[in-house]
Amino acid sequence: MEALKLELKNKIITTLNLEDIAIEDIADNDPLFGDGLGLDSIDALELIVILDKDYGIKLVDPKEGKVIFQSIESMAAYISANRTK
Amino acid sequence: MTQKTYIQSYCTIQNNEIVLNGTSVFKTEPTEFADFSKQAYRNFEMQYPKFFKMDALSKLAFLGAELLLSPITSTELENNIALVLANKSSSLDTDVKYQESISDKENYYPSPAVFVYTLPNICLGEISIRHQLKSENSFFIFDVFNTEFMSNYSNILLHSGKAETVLCGWVEFFNDNYKAFLCTISAQENEKYTNETINTLYNK
Repeated sequence: MEALKLELKNKIITTLNLEDIAIEDIADNDPLFGDGLGLDSIDALELIVILDKDYGIKLVDPKEGKVIFQSIESMAAYISANRTK
Repeated sequence: MTQKTYIQSYCTIQNNEIVLNGTSVFKTEPTEFADFSKQAYRNFEMQYPKFFKMDALSKLAFLGAELLLSPITSTELENNIALVLANKSSSLDTDVKYQESISDKENYYPSPAVFVYTLPNICLGEISIRHQLKSENSFFIFDVFNTEFMSNYSNILLHSGKAETVLCGWVEFFNDNYKAFLCTISAQENEKYTNETINTLYNK
């Protein structure tokens, strides 16, 4: 699980072009949206693409994203339980 | 008789250099635009992380606009700044990148973050968001910079009261070849550029 969290932090920084943010700046339970990393709606769509492309998870209901993308912790937990690759 | 308008400031970005009002204010060794633009952003301490999410065309327009508009929009005074930009290649540079990302049916993952930049006028939106502008804006596509049209269009906006200042110019980017020429125009007399026109400054 720790390796997956680290992998997700790396992917988020690279894919979402978070130029001024380092892995150590992201705590596992930090909110990804709002006051946390400050991601926006386009970033949310990119996270959905990451789930599909890298872990074989297709989000059918976008509302699920609100819970899954709360933090690195929640993302890692969801991916661990549902990944197909 | 229509009121005379004056260029207030201008900025040119090309060949790894930024020239503001005729003076070189930033220059790097030859490098790709991605690297040049990042260095320029850091050099001017722009403090706007969304810059890194923009495509090259928006970064180019953003950098020029930042230098010209920040002195105006950083004050508390109300402003009405219209944006009138043009180029030759539209958003083709990003369009091609996006097309490449969806050309493999076995690996079909369109990027929403790239897709949103597949229109040239998005750069106007980026500038408007940054400077909190709720003003007139237009983006035109020409084979070459049509300075007469751009000048006339800007003057119409100024004379009709649609804007107090116009940020007008050319922002061209394709395959890492780029040139931006931006200027601010208003009815306020400016002794520095009494006789200069968009055309003379663009070709300087």
